[in-house]
Amino acid sequence: MTTGTDHGIGEAVAARIEQRWAILSIVIVGVLVGMAAFIGIHQATMPQGHVETADPRTLHLSGEFIESNLGSEVEPDGSVTVRAIGQQYSFTPQCVLVPTETPVTFRTTSADVVHGLLIEATNINVMLVPGYVSVLPTRFKAPREHVMPCQEFCGIGHQGMWGKVKVIDKAAFAKLAAARRRLTCVD
Amino acid sequence: MLTSKRLILAHFWLAFAAFGLALVLGAWQMFVRSPLNAWHFNPEFYYRSVTAHGSIMGYVLPTLVAMGFGYAISEAALEKPLLGRRWAWTGFWLVAAGAVVAMIPVSLGWASVLYTFYPPMVGNPFYYIGVVMVVVGSWIWVALMSINLAAWKRDNPGKPVPLAMFANVAGSYLWGWTAVGAALEIIFQILPVALGLRGTIDAGLARVFFSWTLHAIVYFWLIPTYIAYYTIFPRAIGGRLYSDAMARISFILFLVVAMPIGVHHLFTDPQVGAGFKFMHSVFTGLVALPTLLTVFTICASAEIASRLRGGSGAFGWVKALPWANPIMLATALSLVMLGFGGAGGLINMSYQLDASIHNTQWITGHFHLIFGGAIVIMYFAIAYDLWPHLTGRALDSFGLMRTQLWLWFIGMIVTTFPWHYVGVLGMPRRMAFYDYANPAISPQAFSVSMSVIGGLILLISGALFLAVLIRGHRAPGTDVGPYQFAVAVHVPARIPVALNSFGLWLALMVGLTVVNYGYPIAQLMVLPETSVPAVYVGAGR
Repeated sequence: MTTGTDHGIGEAVAARIEQRWAILSIVIVGVLVGMAAFIGIHQATMPQGHVETADPRTLHLSGEFIESNLGSEVEPDGSVTVRAIGQQYSFTPQCVLVPTETPVTFRTTSADVVHGLLIEATNINVMLVPGYVSVLPTRFKAPREHVMPCQEFCGIGHQGMWGKVKVIDKAAFAKLAAARRRLTCVD
Repeated sequence: MLTSKRLILAHFWLAFAAFGLALVLGAWQMFVRSPLNAWHFNPEFYYRSVTAHGSIMGYVLPTLVAMGFGYAISEAALEKPLLGRRWAWTGFWLVAAGAVVAMIPVSLGWASVLYTFYPPMVGNPFYYIGVVMVVVGSWIWVALMSINLAAWKRDNPGKPVPLAMFANVAGSYLWGWTAVGAALEIIFQILPVALGLRGTIDAGLARVFFSWTLHAIVYFWLIPTYIAYYTIFPRAIGGRLYSDAMARISFILFLVVAMPIGVHHLFTDPQVGAGFKFMHSVFTGLVALPTLLTVFTICASAEIASRLRGGSGAFGWVKALPWANPIMLATALSLVMLGFGGAGGLINMSYQLDASIHNTQWITGHFHLIFGGAIVIMYFAIAYDLWPHLTGRALDSFGLMRTQLWLWFIGMIVTTFPWHYVGVLGMPRRMAFYDYANPAISPQAFSVSMSVIGGLILLISGALFLAVLIRGHRAPGTDVGPYQFAVAVHVPARIPVALNSFGLWLALMVGLTVVNYGYPIAQLMVLPETSVPAVYVGAGR
């Protein structure tokens, strides 16, 4: 009989410990999710809000991704928009020119298969899916060069698809922008 | 009592033979892309190899292990011969034929699209047909597990379903439903294009369908491992399972929340809006719960075993565990890798942190540590534990087994830790080679070389594993008795209906999938002009 009672007590203790651990687990997960949500809203690092499309068959004929419109453009409010496309196996422009300490928005798409674009030593990382436009707001702190590889398998030449980003001083960028409509560091 | 021994052995041997082949490819890939390889080579061979490595490790190995182990569980836990053994053989041959049908075009370089497919790139149709055959073969297993459970319940009304079978059936349902995403993508999107019936494809929609499969498939891979934690490990070390109910809750949680989280693979994709990305991020956090519960229950079960052996002290009991036992060793090493891999997973779960490592080598390191490490090392343990019951012969090269397990653990750490590190530096994944002379890339050269050594250690460990199993077939015969699963400390006499059946949980699984995937899929289907021209791979050879 005593063993029966011990058994009952043991079971209750086991269940209680287990319950405490379950509650702690829920708290851990809750804190992590809450942290991600808080940072997302607070620092405005949220993914693209809306789905935009662009037909890869007519990219080169009309619309914002025609060749003469690719590169960095200064908007009336002083921010910069970078338009770029990925195709097997290069980016256009192959070298992106951006100013320091300025809001920069990347608007990118693909002309053929799925590509990706990541800029090393930053948290800029985006997929280029043909048919859709990827929008990514960002900011560069200091002048330097970054490599910009394609980060998604796009065919047998994938390993050769490396672009570049050149960050230059805000004032120097403004001087160049006064002379040209669209800026890249290729020309 | 196991009666379908030939059937189970066939599954395991096909799984492990394919695994050996894919392991060789993996080690070769590690080498050719590293700075240690000074020779030029055709990059197409690399992508061909990655396609084969991924398809075998992702589709063939875990599916066959889950199927073979599932049949064994059904017979041993329900204590009756498998119903539908002929159907089970049909399923096996479908998987085997599918693997061959898929691998022929891959090895010829006609389908170097990687196992994640990447439309609008489209390869030879037989590659996709082969993959579909593998999936359909495994669906026969899903149906058989359900049928065997139903028959047992009819004969044993009101009795608790044995935990191993409960978990096994949960895993089979999870797989049956999660495979639907990729099946829809292949059958309605890719195959018509591969066969030349259509020339365009919606790449964004295809990625959403694939994400439906891509994450929950990982939990399908994981479930045999968790079954081993709960039902093999405590018995093998001479202890008892801490809690039967918590085990059931963990498997139910996997079934319900593993599905509606796949969009975390698409955090940086343009075709899904921010709202659904957030939803999927939250559910990804929830799926950490069953793992946290499991770690507690398994460690507590280990403590019970140790104290029964005379272990004492707050931490001193760890020393008294039977470390010479390969199952003990495998489980401990698996939990260490699960800890590191799980921590990495929590990082990937947040959109903000994911942005710095998405599609870098970090991700490759992450899933090799979790799947190749924590999960596959328990596949070894399952095989070691089951083998004597399948062959009727002793499997007693314990020293060799321990060496093999240690090498797998060390190899996996040496491979994946540098891999994570170069990922943080921003090294993109899936590239045939890198220009290590570029000053932006040269700091990564040393770490990549380290990974090559890890790959080599893994290859040696894999060879040892196959050697142990082959020796098991040549050992003298022995009587090992019936195959048994761990018993809970407090064996439940009765169990709430919710923890003994699946109706409610299946409804939740499907419901949550519809909630979390319905809108993104519907939106892309009605959005005009999102289909883009297909780009054929390996054509014109």
